[in-house]
Amino acid sequence: MRFVFKTHYDQDLGLFKHTQHRVCYALLGAIMVALPWLISDYLLGEFTLVLIWSIAGMGLMILIGQTGQASLGHAAFLAIGAYSVVLLQERAGLPFLLAFPLAGLISGVCGALIARPIAKLHGVYLAIATLALGILVEDIIVIAEAWTGGVGGLFAPDIDIFGHTFNKYINPADLYFLILGITVVLVLLYKNLLRSPLGRAFAAIRDSEVSAQAMGVEIAKTKSLSFALSAAYTGLAGALLGHFTGIFNNETFTIIMSINMLMMIVIGGVGSIHGAFFGAAVFVLLPTIIAFARDGLATLGLGNAVVIPGIEAGIFAAILIAFLLFEPLGIYGRWVKIRTWFELFPLARRDMFKRNQSFLKTERTR
Amino acid sequence: MSLLEVSDLTIRFGGLVAVDSVSFTVEPGETFALVGPNGAGKSTLFNLISRIYEPSSGSIRFKGEDLLTAHADQVAGLGIARTFQNIELFEHASVLQNLLVGRHTHRQYSFLSELLFLPRVREQERENRKAVENVIDFLDLQPYRNSLIAGLPYGVRKVVEMGRALALSPTLLLLDEPASGLSVEETNDVAFWIEDMKKLMGITVLMVEHDMSLVSAVSDRVLALADGKTIAVGSAKEVQSHPAVIEAYLGPDSLEVEA
Amino acid sequence: MDFAQLLISGLANGCVYGLIALGFVLIYKATEAINFAQGDMMMLGAFITLALTNDNHMGLPFIPSVLIAIAVMAVFGYLLDALMLRHVFGQPQIAVVILTIAIGYIIRFGAGLIWGHEPQSLHSPLAGQDITIAGIALGLDEIAVIIVTILLTGFLYGFFAHTRTGIAIQAASQNQLAAYYMGVPVRRVYSLVWGLSGVVAAIAGVLFASKGSIDPNTGLLGIKAFAAAVIGGFGSLPGALLGGLIVGVIEPFASRYGPSGYAQIAPYLLLVLVLVFRPHGLLPQVQQKKV
Repeated sequence: MRFVFKTHYDQDLGLFKHTQHRVCYALLGAIMVALPWLISDYLLGEFTLVLIWSIAGMGLMILIGQTGQASLGHAAFLAIGAYSVVLLQERAGLPFLLAFPLAGLISGVCGALIARPIAKLHGVYLAIATLALGILVEDIIVIAEAWTGGVGGLFAPDIDIFGHTFNKYINPADLYFLILGITVVLVLLYKNLLRSPLGRAFAAIRDSEVSAQAMGVEIAKTKSLSFALSAAYTGLAGALLGHFTGIFNNETFTIIMSINMLMMIVIGGVGSIHGAFFGAAVFVLLPTIIAFARDGLATLGLGNAVVIPGIEAGIFAAILIAFLLFEPLGIYGRWVKIRTWFELFPLARRDMFKRNQSFLKTERTR
Repeated sequence: MSLLEVSDLTIRFGGLVAVDSVSFTVEPGETFALVGPNGAGKSTLFNLISRIYEPSSGSIRFKGEDLLTAHADQVAGLGIARTFQNIELFEHASVLQNLLVGRHTHRQYSFLSELLFLPRVREQERENRKAVENVIDFLDLQPYRNSLIAGLPYGVRKVVEMGRALALSPTLLLLDEPASGLSVEETNDVAFWIEDMKKLMGITVLMVEHDMSLVSAVSDRVLALADGKTIAVGSAKEVQSHPAVIEAYLGPDSLEVEA
Repeated sequence: MDFAQLLISGLANGCVYGLIALGFVLIYKATEAINFAQGDMMMLGAFITLALTNDNHMGLPFIPSVLIAIAVMAVFGYLLDALMLRHVFGQPQIAVVILTIAIGYIIRFGAGLIWGHEPQSLHSPLAGQDITIAGIALGLDEIAVIIVTILLTGFLYGFFAHTRTGIAIQAASQNQLAAYYMGVPVRRVYSLVWGLSGVVAAIAGVLFASKGSIDPNTGLLGIKAFAAAVIGGFGSLPGALLGGLIVGVIEPFASRYGPSGYAQIAPYLLLVLVLVFRPHGLLPQVQQKKV
């Protein structure tokens, strides 16, 4: 067992809790940096995509995990990010270095504007309002054809920073490092949020609005801020996604996409940054794994490599159901349990993580 | 000048008059208790002071200023902290985090500096932590510092909620049934704490309580409510022996039975 | 003339939305779960009927097929609760939302696997027949939809107001613990409600399939019905029907008289407006929390 003897408040304020923690993250960092030399370009592209989806997942996590506000229409902010970054470069002639943060800002401002009227909604009503917004954005993309190219879609240029271009086919490693850098910065900001008063205000709203208010937390303003931050993260992810895929139209950002994002963070583990990454990894790598499995089965002569339409969605949903029934805290929750088991060895007991009997907590009263 | 002046406060829910032109004042440094049978309007009065409900008529003044112009989330900033009858803690956070939320009104920097965690934010967090640690020491919450609320027993939650209100460093503390559901020993602790809040921290306490032994032990003045109306004000002893109070608790014929 | 036909077809569509919305509300009222798979359950009910009655499948007569489908969906709903929903009970609402969305995915996937992804139409005795009343040509299917909806609503009202089970459901929905202490078998009651909503889904499915073709993605209609339920005020049975009718009527009129491209977003625009100005729907069911 490990005991951390704390002698200063800064030990609770720091990013890392103890030496082992530091070593683990240094190792992870080293692996991430060495990755381009370890795996094929195809897999590196998949990993880049995992990072992009992790950013999107963190965006949704701020809203759902931290503030407890549901959103079933977050693909809307992916869309806003993707369209703004391309339009800012093509129409306004801004360089990527300016267009990218601006895309996040625009998405964040949209989030804040949307939050004003809908942040006072709760539960079902909030879920359906965000769902409706997601659907509306899909249709607005088609209607605003002059800007968005409608169903024809929009081509994203290669990312260009001071004359150096990033293309996933030509120099996948460069693109990977760029996105890795952005991801690290966003993770650090998220960490800062968690240890600052704002993060606590978010948690307060999540757990009890009435007492958060009594403690002086401005509910409407704080919720708007949460929507804005969440939308900004998701918008940045959308901008990267737009550049990564190269072309997108209204069908890229459907309501199914929003729901997939939601499922992603639930599988990963709601409420933790790790969860966003685990979920994104499952979400992105699952189709690859299924393809490998199919090929493997075919070579073994089992099953004749039939392509079953929608199998990814089906398996994804089945995994999700399994998690909700057996491990509601997601992959991260399972990870914490395994870690605790090793840390306490041999003192861990089966019922240590037993959940309390819970009764229906009505959401009909507010 | 009185710290809190409530005058002619009335609130109606549909046809029901929950609080009916109640007036009282709370002086700085005193412990003031509201007693009365269930449904008398005590908690409603608290919710009116913390601006969760909008009164139908009447006025509330705090430190001489009109409290009714403040929004529910501005009340804490004025120096009024409260607890709730049915504990309203942040379930999925640790005790420490719960208490730190109590410091919310003391935050000074914009969310951008917080996102960047600038050195001054770190300094502010150290200050917050120090303030919270003082509360933890005061209420003997050290063993629970990092426990999640969801796993704590009722009695501890009750104390944590009081701690969260204290972390705000309030001028006026509203305690809604601080001893309900607590054992005799725990109630004694609460009595000592309330005394110390008054003497050591200079906090004025307004509380709702059913436990008359606690009320008589700590309160300077007591106001009895029944059906939303004031029926008696005075020391605990005076109020307890007031005929209207006995009637309200035991029914109209009780005096003759006792006599 | 034109107006009346639009109105009737809108009302018929609205009834289907209303029935799906009714399924949502039934479950929400009793268990506070939001069943995002309701639309997919409707689709499943329609496909089961289709598989039983169509000539290229089993070719059974229409009415027995419908009855079997209803029974199957009742069992399906019951088991869904008993095997899955019961286990996430007491977790945040969003967990239930996600679980039912995932169940919807699985139903869609299963239906695609069994019946393929091509649109198919149900061989219903109602389909394609018109009758003319006062000079207005009306589809028999549309009239049937409206009549069945009225009958079903009446039946549900009677069930909740006058039967023992109905009253037990109401009790369980108002205060779960108290109902449990009073001897209401809360778990079984909840599963029964799910079974009941399976029945409603099957009926809605048959009615919907009588009016046009279905494919596994038909279930996504549930989103529109969900919007309808919220417009009406989630938690109110008349509200669900009202919301469904409003959404059903607004669609054909928006596509006829509104600018092109806006017809399909009309229900959602309306939803957003309703939520902004009446945050709990037209017939609100939410009370202030007591602290």
